[in-house]
Amino acid sequence: MNFYGVKAIYNFEMSRMRRTLMQSVLSPVISTCLYFIVFGSAIGSRMGNIDSIEYAAYIIPGLVMLSLLMQSISNASFGIYMPKFSGTIYEVLSAPVSYVEVVLGYVGAAATKSVILGLIILATARLFVDYSVLHPFWMLSFLVLTAVTFSMFGFIIGIWADGFEKLQIVPMMIVTPLTFLGGTFYSIDMLPEIWQTISLFNPVVYLISGFRWAFYGVSDVHVGISVGMTLLFLVACMGGIWWIFKTGYRLRT
Amino acid sequence: MQPDISVKNLNKVYEGGFQALKNINLEINRGEIFALLGPNGAGKTTMISIICGITNLSSGEVRAAGYDIVKDYRKARGTIGLVPQELNTDSFETVWNAVSFSRGLFGKAPNPAHIEKVLRDLSLWDKRNNRIMTLSGGMKRRLMIAKALSHEPRILFLDEPTAGVDVELRRDMWEMVRKLREDGVTIILTTHYIEEAEEMADRIGVIRQGEIILVEDKDQLMSKLGKKELRLQLQNKLDKVPGELILEPVELSEDGYELIYTFDSQQEQAGVARLLRTLGDIGIEYRDLRTRESSLEEIFVGLVHEQAAG
Ligand SMILES: Nc1ncnc2c1ncn2[C@@H]1O[C@H](COP(=O)(O)OP(=O)(O)OP(=O)(O)O)[C@@H](O)[C@H]1O
Ligand SMILES: [Mg+2]
Repeated sequence: MNFYGVKAIYNFEMSRMRRTLMQSVLSPVISTCLYFIVFGSAIGSRMGNIDSIEYAAYIIPGLVMLSLLMQSISNASFGIYMPKFSGTIYEVLSAPVSYVEVVLGYVGAAATKSVILGLIILATARLFVDYSVLHPFWMLSFLVLTAVTFSMFGFIIGIWADGFEKLQIVPMMIVTPLTFLGGTFYSIDMLPEIWQTISLFNPVVYLISGFRWAFYGVSDVHVGISVGMTLLFLVACMGGIWWIFKTGYRLRT
Repeated sequence: MQPDISVKNLNKVYEGGFQALKNINLEINRGEIFALLGPNGAGKTTMISIICGITNLSSGEVRAAGYDIVKDYRKARGTIGLVPQELNTDSFETVWNAVSFSRGLFGKAPNPAHIEKVLRDLSLWDKRNNRIMTLSGGMKRRLMIAKALSHEPRILFLDEPTAGVDVELRRDMWEMVRKLREDGVTIILTTHYIEEAEEMADRIGVIRQGEIILVEDKDQLMSKLGKKELRLQLQNKLDKVPGELILEPVELSEDGYELIYTFDSQQEQAGVARLLRTLGDIGIEYRDLRTRESSLEEIFVGLVHEQAAG
């Protein structure tokens, strides 16, 4: 195990994130605050409780998930795309690091940052809404698992992307809609039956549902299914990365 | 002694079917400076990229320091430092961080003293806290070298290290490369400045269109393929080469005041003596004479063209 190699990549990525603190921490925090103000305070005050939870509190897990998914993907995809774009990737490719180590460094750093960001958003939410966490262990577990999984997903996108456009397109065109339709602002039960069924094909539903369960003990689907689905995505992303490195896809000509 | 780099039957076909390397066989010895020469697109960078692990090989076997670069990639790569042809750097990092990063990446424990030494040797010490984007092109080139040396490699690849580097700095670099060799580092460099190879290399390889067309000891190459020239400044103008010399490789300069005799370095003695005797016999007087050896550059150009024609 090339421990120093992993550490070098990890530290490099973390210092890149520190340089872009405004963009990487402040902007998600601000946009989440806006959601709280608009949906939580302004509209939320006229909404009834869902599953006997105050609306403003109900949307917190979903909003955190939204930022977590977006940030994990964009951190990790930029992290690996930039060296590809600038050509500095040559150094990683020529170094005595295995692909597991490369992933540990890049994905580890991206996930770390997402988790920190998630916690910051949770702390910020506290300023607007009084909420409690019923299962702190599971809350953290979901946070970390999701961050890791979607950082891996971002890593795959970063390798696949051959332009900045592709880098943006997946988070914008796929993840945002899936998250909005994944029960951030409502319970799946509130939808007509047909849409409930369709929703079950949306992977984000399971993430949000499980995460919300960790907060309030209520969920759209059983928490066991949420954990299972999250692990399933994790394994799928690992498989994708394994394939990329095995074939050298878009990394080695 | 086993070679430090051994390349056997190496082929590279890029996606799209272009064959950049054709059955390359090459051995590079421990502690030598090997210059790889070849025109643009010959396959120099491709070969270096394969040895360093950046590009996949299509077939063949490559060993670095005795380790197979595929099966034993960790050990093989750990011995190699690479200064790539392109200046690819992270603009926002500081010099110090970038060089420390490289050392870590190659699995070495931090060693600030070594990094300091490398930066001082490359006159980058004053710039250690500068962001890379504030460096000049030549400084960036040196930074790339510092990164390659950060993990104390035993084999160093320099892919056109002196492109865009001023004359003085080039001399410094040559000096540095020689010092590295004294420390036992094996050095493989490519360059388009042939005089650089002439100045530095122990051995020379020439690659053209993906094929190694020659590998020779530099001195032997110079004497084997090098031509010498003897120029005689004449006392009186001649209209044509005298009949007595018609069978010799002698030409007359345009103004008619100079006889130029070209000969292979190997047969020099006999030929020159005979020429001078003949001139004395037929009464042609000369004021001065000069000899000149052809440079590696001329040899190289001759080689590449000859092969291209044949
Ligand atoms: N990624 C690639 N895909 C397809 N062809 C490539 C690729 N990289 C290089 N080539 C081709 O392989 C050949 C050898 O290129 P290479 O970069 O090895 O040449 P070189 O000897 O280093 O030239 P130069 O002196 O210009 O640096 C060229 O014809 C080039 O177009
Ligand atoms: Mg090249």
